[in-house]
Amino acid sequence: MLVPVSWLKDYVDIDIPVELLAERLTVAGLEVAHIRYIGLPQEPAPGVLMPRSEHLVWDREKLLLGRIVEVKSHPQADRLVLAMVDYGAPELEQCVTGATNLFGYKDQGEITPPIWSAFAMEGARVWDGHSAKPRQMTLKGKELRGIFNKSMVCSEKELGISDEHEGVIVMDHDERYVAGAPLADVLGDVVLDIELTPNLARCFSMIGVAREIAAILDGDMRYPSFDFVAEGPAIEGQVAIEIREPELNPRFTLTLLRDTRVKPSPFWMQRRLKLIGQRPRNNIVDVTNYITFELGQPLHAFDYDKLVERAGGAPTIITRLPDAGEDLKTLDDVRRDLGAETILVADTAGALSLGGVIGGGETEISEATRNVLVEAASWNNIGIRKTIKEQRVHTEASARFSRGVHPSQALLGCKRGIELMRRLGGGQAAQGLLDDYPLPPPTVTVELPVARVKRLLGMDVSLEQAADVLRRLEFDVTTDGDMLRATAPDHRLDISADPAVGQADLLEEIARIIGYDQIPETIMADEMPPQRENTAVFIEERIRDILVGQGLYEVISYRFTSRESEARLAPDGAPSPLPDAEYIEIANPAASERNVLRQTLMSNMLESAVNNARYQSSQRLFEVGKVYLGRGDLLPDEPLRLGILLTGARGRTWWQEGAIESDMDFYDMKGIVENMLAGLHIEDYRLERGTHGSYHPGRSAGLYIGRERIGAFGEIHPQVAARFKLTEAKVIYGELQVAPLIQRHQRLHTITPLPTTPAVLEDIALIVSADLPAGEVEAVIRQAGGRLLRDVTLFDVYSGDPIPAGKKSLAYSLTYQDENCTLTDKNAAKIRRKIIGAARHRLQAELRS
Amino acid sequence: MNYSIDELREGALKALENISANDALANWRSQYLGRRGALGKLFGTIGRLPQAQRAGFGQQVNALQQELDAAYAQREQLIQSQLLARDLEEGEIDISLPARPQGRGGLHPSTRTHREFQTIWADMGFQVYHSRDVEADEFNFTLLNLPPHHPARDMQDTFYTTNSNVLLRTHTSPGQIRAMREFGAGGTKPIRVILPGMCYRQEQVTARSEIQFTQVEGLAIGRNIRMSDLKGTIAEFARRMYKPKAKVRFRASYFPFTEPSMEVDVECFLCGGAGCRVCKYTGWLEIAGSGMVHPTVLRNGGYDPSVWSGFAFGMGPERITMLKHGIQDIRYFWGNDLRFLQQF
Repeated sequence: MLVPVSWLKDYVDIDIPVELLAERLTVAGLEVAHIRYIGLPQEPAPGVLMPRSEHLVWDREKLLLGRIVEVKSHPQADRLVLAMVDYGAPELEQCVTGATNLFGYKDQGEITPPIWSAFAMEGARVWDGHSAKPRQMTLKGKELRGIFNKSMVCSEKELGISDEHEGVIVMDHDERYVAGAPLADVLGDVVLDIELTPNLARCFSMIGVAREIAAILDGDMRYPSFDFVAEGPAIEGQVAIEIREPELNPRFTLTLLRDTRVKPSPFWMQRRLKLIGQRPRNNIVDVTNYITFELGQPLHAFDYDKLVERAGGAPTIITRLPDAGEDLKTLDDVRRDLGAETILVADTAGALSLGGVIGGGETEISEATRNVLVEAASWNNIGIRKTIKEQRVHTEASARFSRGVHPSQALLGCKRGIELMRRLGGGQAAQGLLDDYPLPPPTVTVELPVARVKRLLGMDVSLEQAADVLRRLEFDVTTDGDMLRATAPDHRLDISADPAVGQADLLEEIARIIGYDQIPETIMADEMPPQRENTAVFIEERIRDILVGQGLYEVISYRFTSRESEARLAPDGAPSPLPDAEYIEIANPAASERNVLRQTLMSNMLESAVNNARYQSSQRLFEVGKVYLGRGDLLPDEPLRLGILLTGARGRTWWQEGAIESDMDFYDMKGIVENMLAGLHIEDYRLERGTHGSYHPGRSAGLYIGRERIGAFGEIHPQVAARFKLTEAKVIYGELQVAPLIQRHQRLHTITPLPTTPAVLEDIALIVSADLPAGEVEAVIRQAGGRLLRDVTLFDVYSGDPIPAGKKSLAYSLTYQDENCTLTDKNAAKIRRKIIGAARHRLQAELRS
Repeated sequence: MNYSIDELREGALKALENISANDALANWRSQYLGRRGALGKLFGTIGRLPQAQRAGFGQQVNALQQELDAAYAQREQLIQSQLLARDLEEGEIDISLPARPQGRGGLHPSTRTHREFQTIWADMGFQVYHSRDVEADEFNFTLLNLPPHHPARDMQDTFYTTNSNVLLRTHTSPGQIRAMREFGAGGTKPIRVILPGMCYRQEQVTARSEIQFTQVEGLAIGRNIRMSDLKGTIAEFARRMYKPKAKVRFRASYFPFTEPSMEVDVECFLCGGAGCRVCKYTGWLEIAGSGMVHPTVLRNGGYDPSVWSGFAFGMGPERITMLKHGIQDIRYFWGNDLRFLQQF
């Protein structure tokens, strides 16, 4: 909300620099997001930093208030005139100008009533009115079509007030104006842009902000007068009110102004509306807007005669819910179908406006309007929110009513509005006003023991101090011993009648106004909760560390994907490799390719691999993250998964070895997975040839710990890889459940003592059937070798001449060692015989000589 | 014969001086000091001398032998050190040639920041609690004092699922209710937890906003938790996370689930509070939203607000990471581009 400081000063004295005011407001919860300067210098307050403003500062000596005494024609140019300006000097200054809004005064003699403008003397800095890009210039004397000119009357653009450059500023006469006064004192201003959080509905107006300032600065509020001059006949009989839904429309007030004139508002009104970003229209509509911004109470004005015409006599204003199929054409020229919950302002002939949101076109104010019916009403904020949502219409009125406006404000708005309209447009206000108030909100009084303030804020606040702060905020406060009783003022709906919540509401006010900076910083003295072991977090991080230690980079993908993307993971004819679960589908997705939550990390990781492949010859990635498995009406399972992806060269090109020709394969992945399992001290795992459809059936494995299958890894199925356009290099992927890793990790594993005896090393080569898995051979060797066989390392796999067809040779180096004594050759030979015997017997292996 | 000894000495030492290789040195040794060498021969002549001369001559020959032994040892050492120096010189490599590639690996920057957060909060007794991402509307909003049609619901653009009561959490705050109900033992036990996790907002993806982001929520509940504790605790965190002795500012603000509520600003750690582009020339960086747990939220967690109180806060690790590393585009975080990840 834009808040001109000049306007605030109508209601409260502000005796601190604007920058400091902005800081105080911000700290008190009314965040000043931006400060706009009009002509006035930026004055940094001590201890307050803010961005430097690039605005034009008006020279107090050279930019002055000037009275345009007379406008003469230019002897040589039709499109220029000569404005004769009194700027306090003995002689009038002649300014050559093309301002079209002065042409009407041409050769009319002295202008009465007087008009005023902004006068710039030679040497003044102004914005270049003719430049499309913002550019400052210094005014210099020059000849304009034969007449020397060294000063000018300025447009709003030239002063940096707005982009308006059609005409110069023309201000209505004001008794207080003095020719030659610095312009900065008249039109200079500072406009605060305040961001209001939803709890600050009461501050959604100039008076609302001024009240906060009065409380913060401990100053007095000056409210405008709410009296109105009523010279017309009594309002009774001229119009009636009927409220049918008090819950939605707790109050409705009307006043009537007869014989007024609709015309442009005076300069001061137009200026204020423009400063807050509103477009002036006419005096009646401008007043409704002005009151909306001044008081926070939106008003609506009807053309009374049109209502009479519709009703065929004195109209009755009815607020009600729509009839089935009812519609309304609103001021924005939209014909709207009305939902069942939309509260309407209607008359006996039909709907007139969407209550609290937007008026209807038929009864709007026009230049021909003479009699104006002014509405100030209260609307239930949730009702308004529903209407806004349904009708997708946002107005200044709906912005306020949807946050909540106290019904007390309706009467004030009605009175203030009719009086301002009367002053600007003339006419007679009807005597009295209609006020139907079927549902006043309860008065809220909160009891707050002063000890509770200290208990919750951690700061000593006396009863007097707390009471004073609340009184500054216009609470009605009484005290009784240590008890403080505060009744909320009638402009606030945010103080709760619930005792605990109401106390919190008051505490916030007390803390905010005293200042959060006054509250000390303390260390919690409260009882420490029991500290629990957090194994899951610890192991999750351990897994990350182990993988990073193996040269992998952690990625974090979107948790969103699409069914189609994950469907690509099943090769033609293969069953889906995805878990048997429903998708969590997003009702309002950001994009169609992100319309469900993932059930696997695979699809998103493969996409990451594709993206990276453009720049990377080798990728080693992992992700630890949730997948989402829907379970009907229950909230989904969100198990944690570990995904690992390897693709591309095993190493990087290096000058001593040249380009690395070999790509990473199944065995790289197996090594990473086994290292991770070793790091978690999980030993009882095994691999089984994979049955997961996304992988190459012959080059993948399921990982089992005990009987539980916890995932699979291997080479991605060529058809799947092709669908992801990953055809340059093999992609090796693995995905494991994290929960079993956490559950099965061994926290207390025992180490093997370091042997002090020498080891005996020897090699053996066994010829076995070519299709016998090497794992089985090693298992037999280990079993036969028993306790003394410390290590088995396969160092060669060979088939081909001289090994017979259908056979292969596996060469192992074996380490024998007894920690209790030194092994002799005889001992070693005995173990060797056992191994060879077992291999012969159980694997039909032969010793290769 | 004296002449012969002097001659031998002179010849031997001169020959030794010219030797610079091990094999030549060995030759010299056998020529002069070996059993059949020159010195040996001299010893052989002792017996042939008149008795009176024998002792004198023998002493001279012994002295010569000692002298030549010493000269040999010295020469040998010299040659060894020369050879070593030559080997070292010849062994020089071009240290400017590129290194043999070593796999490095790295944590995601977001994980790094989360670990920093968790370490600091753990020191202050706050334990990690992981809550769920897919939430009931009731937990994400209603139980947090955001009933249907509450104006503050507009502050968050929510992803809803096709089940209208189920949504993607817009903040980590629903974990507050779950933590209170899980650890509070029916509102009888104090709590100190942090709740890190992914949150989601239906926003246009730009350099500044993302549809998913992580948050860290903190919650402390006790019989005597004060607003001054909230200030002290968050200030302590800020000083450990950003800069010792950094100034911390608390501003009144609004969150439906806390009251009083406040925003926490820390002195800009890039300009030291002097004003720069990053802090928009204010000297402050916003680091957390926080406040005293709203009585309604306490009740919804099972606590009696007339006895129990607490504070809560929420922070955005991505923003902090961006500030610390000059990351201009938030889309880098979930883009998984190795060129980005390798820079951490």
